[in-house]
Amino acid sequence: MKAFATASRFCQLGFALCMLVSCKDTQQDEVLAPPTGKVVLEFDHVVGNQALDLETTTYTNAAGNPFTVNTFNYYISNIKLTQADGTVWSETESYHLVKESDASSQQVTLQQVPAGKYTRLTFTIGVDSARNVAGAQAGALEPRNGMFWTWNSGYIFTKLEGRSEQAPGNKALIFHIGGFKAPNNTIRTISPALPGNAPLQVQASHDLQVHLKVDVLGMFNGPTPNDNIDFRTLYDVMGGREAVRLADNYAAGMFRIDYVK
Amino acid sequence: MAALLPSPVVLLVVGLAGLLTIACRPTTQPPEAVPGNALPGNFPTPWYALNQNPPNQAAFELGKQLFYEVKLSRDGSVSCGSCHRQEAAFAQANQSFSRGVNNRLGVRNAPALQNLRWRHSLLWDGGVSNLEMLPLAPLTNPVEMDESLDNVLVKLNADATYSQRFAAVYGAGPITSQQFLRALAQFTASLTSANSRYDHYVHGERGGTLSIQEVRGLQLFRKSCAGCHATDLFTDESFRNNGLDASFASDSGRAHITDTPRDRGKFKVPSLRNVAHTAPYMHDGRFATLGQVLAHYDHGVVASATLDPQLRQADGRLGIPLTAKQQKDLEAFLRTLTDTSFLSDPRLAKPQ
Repeated sequence: MKAFATASRFCQLGFALCMLVSCKDTQQDEVLAPPTGKVVLEFDHVVGNQALDLETTTYTNAAGNPFTVNTFNYYISNIKLTQADGTVWSETESYHLVKESDASSQQVTLQQVPAGKYTRLTFTIGVDSARNVAGAQAGALEPRNGMFWTWNSGYIFTKLEGRSEQAPGNKALIFHIGGFKAPNNTIRTISPALPGNAPLQVQASHDLQVHLKVDVLGMFNGPTPNDNIDFRTLYDVMGGREAVRLADNYAAGMFRIDYVK
Repeated sequence: MAALLPSPVVLLVVGLAGLLTIACRPTTQPPEAVPGNALPGNFPTPWYALNQNPPNQAAFELGKQLFYEVKLSRDGSVSCGSCHRQEAAFAQANQSFSRGVNNRLGVRNAPALQNLRWRHSLLWDGGVSNLEMLPLAPLTNPVEMDESLDNVLVKLNADATYSQRFAAVYGAGPITSQQFLRALAQFTASLTSANSRYDHYVHGERGGTLSIQEVRGLQLFRKSCAGCHATDLFTDESFRNNGLDASFASDSGRAHITDTPRDRGKFKVPSLRNVAHTAPYMHDGRFATLGQVLAHYDHGVVASATLDPQLRQADGRLGIPLTAKQQKDLEAFLRTLTDTSFLSDPRLAKPQ
């Protein structure tokens, strides 16, 4: 009987200790939870100075090739915000498929970003190598989204399809940029300049709007004329060596932060 | 009196001992409900770890049903099991190329499906990196199942039995691609073959005797073949050009994936487990017998820029010189890699 009582008392003590610890934690959370805010990334698709319209408008690249666009999709992943002191905030499960054909996909809202001044926005165009080999995924990475290669498995990071009268054969343009292994790794991580070098001020009272211009010509017009893509000779890319050229181009010139407000 | 009272510490110890007793109880367990759950001691660490998709009987049975399901093909004519047959270690016996929908002919020999948990990459060119994504290649290939993942899910969701079985494993709601692929991987990951006479020999177990000829073959194998067919999986998972052709215009192999000239004509080194039952051989099924394969290595190897260095002898000769007797010895050894229990395990067979 006494043995039972001792054991019972021991259990009660343990239980009480647990309760104490958890109560204390809750109180601390309430007191110390820092304020957070939202950052809304807006991806505005353009071709040079013109808005991107699917199929209807003919554009011209630096090589002088006229072209139209039927499909323009890309992955944005692993979004990070960095403060001046080096503190980094990373979005969890940060995978977004942005599509010209789906307006809602062109807005990515970063939730619960700790309030503060951020001097750098960083993201990957594409999908990190770990997720390329991680098995069946859901959400943005689900293989039914038409952005997964089944025969050479891995994600298509950027997909542009269209038409150019100067492309050989059936005039089709197919640019499927992807591949995560050397020597044809096309994962590109960029930190576009903040307008006027002004830090991003994240606060609870205001959803910060970061408006990015995403210029399709950034894929085809390279940093130097040698990097320009000419549809007379390059019009059908599915990963591989040529995909690296396009990835280098768009890492350098496709994304620009237009304004922040 | 107080000395007789069990202290909390004693209670704790007794409790722990109880737990340990349960965990360590020697068992005469019934056969595993999910085959392939045990990791053979003579295999390396698996690539697709058990905890990535923990084996579960209901999910395994569902995966098996899907493996043998003709709804996976566009016109309901073929299933995975049509071209991957258990009696041939889930390869297709006596077919260089298999037939897909509309009797369309494939372009590569259907590879055996066994010990997939240990494979770093899949398909002859290593184009698939994760076992869960493997089915998407044959599913969408126009000469195989010619179907879309979207449409397969439409068909499965329209089937009340599948809806119930998926819900039982993954919870209520429409069947998703992730559930579909993970269920199939429950079955494909279970295809472990590690119960051949050779395995009993290495483990020093009863029934593990090799004849003098087979031991000669094993010794020669270790000296001349294990450079590529390494470990007890009998592959080092690399891609190599084994001198089948001088050029590779019709099928560049690994280079198709890497877009790299130095990979032209290279294909995945296949495992040799159950090799006596997986004829024909090579990525294009050009050799009908093991004798032809061994003859190729002795005097059939053709030079090309990417030919594997192990097939160039110091004296400039190509291939692996093997006398007629040595070829017989090797073949005798290779036949000890047959795992009859795997080839006839009813748990892996098409559900009735």
